[in-house]
Amino acid sequence: MSTARTLGDIAHARAGDKGDSSILFLAPYAPSDFALVRAVITAERLAEHFEVSDATGITVRAVEELCAFSIVIPHRLDGGVTRSTTADPHGKTLSGHLLSLELDR
Amino acid sequence: MSTAPPQRHAGPASPGMFRIGVGAGFAGDRMQPADELARGGGLHAMAFECLAERTIGVAQQARREGTGAGFDSRILRRFSGTLPALLGTGAVVTTNAGAADPIGAAAATRELCECLGLDARIAAVTGDDVLGAIDLTQSRILGTDDTLWDIRDRLVSANAYIGAGPLIEALDDGADIVIAGRCSDAALFVAPLAHHFGWQTDDLEAMARASLVGHLLECAGQLTGGYFADTGRKRVDRLWDLGFPLADVAADGSATYAKLPGTGGVLDRRTVLEQLLYEIDDPAAYRTPDVTIDFSRVRIREREDGAVDVDGARAAGRPEQLKVSVGVRDGYVAVAEIAYSGQGCVARAELAADIVRERWEHVHGMDPDALSVGYIGVDATRPWWRNADRHPSEVRLRMSLRTFDRPAAVTLCEEVESLYTNGPFGGGGVTTSVRETLGIVSTMIDRSAVQTKVTMS
Repeated sequence: MSTARTLGDIAHARAGDKGDSSILFLAPYAPSDFALVRAVITAERLAEHFEVSDATGITVRAVEELCAFSIVIPHRLDGGVTRSTTADPHGKTLSGHLLSLELDR
Repeated sequence: MSTAPPQRHAGPASPGMFRIGVGAGFAGDRMQPADELARGGGLHAMAFECLAERTIGVAQQARREGTGAGFDSRILRRFSGTLPALLGTGAVVTTNAGAADPIGAAAATRELCECLGLDARIAAVTGDDVLGAIDLTQSRILGTDDTLWDIRDRLVSANAYIGAGPLIEALDDGADIVIAGRCSDAALFVAPLAHHFGWQTDDLEAMARASLVGHLLECAGQLTGGYFADTGRKRVDRLWDLGFPLADVAADGSATYAKLPGTGGVLDRRTVLEQLLYEIDDPAAYRTPDVTIDFSRVRIREREDGAVDVDGARAAGRPEQLKVSVGVRDGYVAVAEIAYSGQGCVARAELAADIVRERWEHVHGMDPDALSVGYIGVDATRPWWRNADRHPSEVRLRMSLRTFDRPAAVTLCEEVESLYTNGPFGGGGVTTSVRETLGIVSTMIDRSAVQTKVTMS
């Protein structure tokens, strides 16, 4: 059992989808953790965590006034809700996957 | 016999405020929270969002083949529990449950109202069906280099996302119930607000503020603690009794969000924030048919009475083109599963998958790479994830296939089932399914090419 600190210890998330892209909302519980979260969710770390070969397609938008982030991971839904045959075609469970990203590395 | 909860009432809206509630956040949503909100909410309007992207194509197909209604008939159950309270106090109702047949849904609603002894003017909004109006050779499929012409043999439906305009027109003409098909979700909420306050559709700032109200309410329970709860930091009180939200909207478009006193769930800055931004790739440019909205300066303030104030949506232009959702015949999907437990269960499930793949190639002469393999309990929701814990105490092998060849779909089911007596030890609980599927692709259409129509009955 890993005891490493994860994003889920300091932030909450909800996943949406658009075509074949996963759109992930992410916000720290405490505004004071905004910079820490921002530093962790680089395109490179996200590409590794979501096993995407090309990090340049990943978009991370910070909404400073709301202390929140919008993350877009393209081509991670096996073709999207109307094409995918996986157990979760919408990728709704990817919010949980995002929050398992380890903070300290 | 179950004990009904005591009826719960919200206080009346303050003078000058328009109170709008939500009766469904998706086609399969609960009915009891809507019934309670309709009875005790003191609402001026209630909107029912019941139309997923794929639903309209499925409904179109059912209607054409005569195999079912062209609209979501669950709306009649929703209406029977809510209309008596709503119409009795003069509230108006909007829904997109008309799907592929708003006229048919309006006729069924007319019959329901007669049974319930209700007097209502019912409007059907049509014109979103643009299958006959689009130029296939010029309509590029978004995200590809193909046009609709390239998949012309498989087209089932094409529906433009229309805005609030025709719904407002219907309300201005005196409709009590407006039944649309493919309109934007937010339009269901924008229309009653614009009708009440006299906002014009070319007042983009007003459209942006009204759309924010719609955007926050359109998923119903997702604003009030649904799809939010977790153990630990996100505990939600009495989620089984989740209350649907309402908004008191002022003439300047600012709004206060609440739910019925005594209902379960939670409404706070975090639930509002999740609903505001999830599903939006660019928070500074969220496109709807009525307005492109900048949500980046939205303000959220928790009040001492438990309600939440939200305002600050701004217009960032208006799209010249409307998005069109195109239904495409997409063959069959077969899913077959078998479970294994105890020591080495994952290894046995992997062996089972290998057996099916080998037989797929050597006995059936088909390409085994067409088969998708996942392990429920390990990686079924994310087959690409390589760091999964591969030592659960039990696992379900899940094999799936998308194909235009129905016999191949059936063969996958038969092969997984035959693992009972021909595969690794201890396999159990086989389930199989084959379903015909409809894909959705998107294209764009000029706003001027979409002619909407309101039919009043």
